[in-house]
Amino acid sequence: MTDATTAAKASRNGHGELPPDARPETSREGATGGPFGRLARAVAGAVQARIPAADLDERDPDYIRERLPGIWLLSSLYFRGEVRGLGNVPEEGAVLLVGNHSGGNLTPDTGVFTLAFNAYFGVERPFYQLAHNLVLSMPGLSFLRKFGTVAASPENAEQALGSGAALLVYPGGDYEVHRPVWERHRVDFGGRKGFIRLALEHDVPIVPVVAIGGQETSLFLSRGETLARALMLDKLFRLKVLPISLGLPWVVNVGDLLGHVPLPAKIVVEVLPPIDLREEFGAEPDLDAVYEEIIARMQTALDALAAERRLPIIG
Amino acid sequence: MRIVVCIEVSAPPELVWEFVADPSRYLHFMAGMTRFEVAGSQAEGVGARYRTLMRVGSAEVGGLVEVVEWDAPWEMAWNSVTGVDQRGRWRLRERPGGRTRVEFRFMYGIAGAGLLGWLAEKVAAPTVRGHLRRSVQQLKRQVEHEQLRHLAAERRARSAA
Repeated sequence: MTDATTAAKASRNGHGELPPDARPETSREGATGGPFGRLARAVAGAVQARIPAADLDERDPDYIRERLPGIWLLSSLYFRGEVRGLGNVPEEGAVLLVGNHSGGNLTPDTGVFTLAFNAYFGVERPFYQLAHNLVLSMPGLSFLRKFGTVAASPENAEQALGSGAALLVYPGGDYEVHRPVWERHRVDFGGRKGFIRLALEHDVPIVPVVAIGGQETSLFLSRGETLARALMLDKLFRLKVLPISLGLPWVVNVGDLLGHVPLPAKIVVEVLPPIDLREEFGAEPDLDAVYEEIIARMQTALDALAAERRLPIIG
Repeated sequence: MRIVVCIEVSAPPELVWEFVADPSRYLHFMAGMTRFEVAGSQAEGVGARYRTLMRVGSAEVGGLVEVVEWDAPWEMAWNSVTGVDQRGRWRLRERPGGRTRVEFRFMYGIAGAGLLGWLAEKVAAPTVRGHLRRSVQQLKRQVEHEQLRHLAAERRARSAA
């Protein structure tokens, strides 16, 4: 794959030009020389090339409908999923669903919520989810696009909201999903406020979605941020972390790139009342104030869910 | 999956029909039902549409249904328009002594879902059957309570005359 092709594909995918430090080979010559640097950049180029071009039309309602029984079995029997408050989601129109993210690279709360949303509103209602580039470029995960999963980028988010769809985003992303298990009852978006700008630009309500249990599906020990920086993963793959956990079947799991067998932790998801930013915070809201308020509301809900929980995993 | 539940109610079919034909009563007697709303302007009769949801396992499942048969006070049937494939039927039959045999038939599934769909239907069946059994029991209680009120009102009217 040439540089030009890679860049073109990334651009189609809604990422615009590749950032200068993500361009393979020539433009970064000298910054990280040596065989390791070249190999890493080649892998990064290959991954970028695998990221499918975002196309909202790839969402397939019939496919989702036919897969719902399988997800229902997994959600009901294995994770004993419970989703509350879906009536808080506006019945129609664009809406930005903002969730806390848990469970490493396998995020059971997303599956439980996706099932509940599609069952509640019907597969006919357009519903998209933003996912990390690496998720969409992993072999065997292309089926996610039929569920409405698109690469996380401002362009794709705008496209989805512009079409009047419901959009699920996890601002904490890879940073939050790999937090250590002792921080499992903490909402941590890592200061990412892009979702607020997005809601303001499209004038859509934010509906917080708070989930508990996902971070008990493995023993997450560290995000491995220092390791990720040392290996330049942040620059090459937009990965801020290289998580270290104890989990099945690997026992010691570094990176979680091949996933793990999640423990059958009970997943509870609560949908909070919608927040109309301009109605609550004025015509020109202060992003920091909005961010703090949303985090506070989600944390309060998460604390309440945690208080209900008697035992880890069992719920 | 096909589930049938029956019960005998100590009230005439006309009174039972008042309950099963009134969409506003469903959330009161249907167990597990989390949503039952009229969709559109028509509340009763063939062509009336309702948004329904029932909690089964980890999800609220259902969808938009449309009444396809309406023969008061004996039969009512509906089919799904969107959501889970479903067909339902209320069948009321008169029994001696002013009683009514109430039969509730319910079929559900997801066409094209394959083996997992079949398995999910089987796994969900005990929950759905439990909801439906409790529903007809609650219907019986509510209708018979209403019947007692009717009879008491008639007695009072007679003694006043």
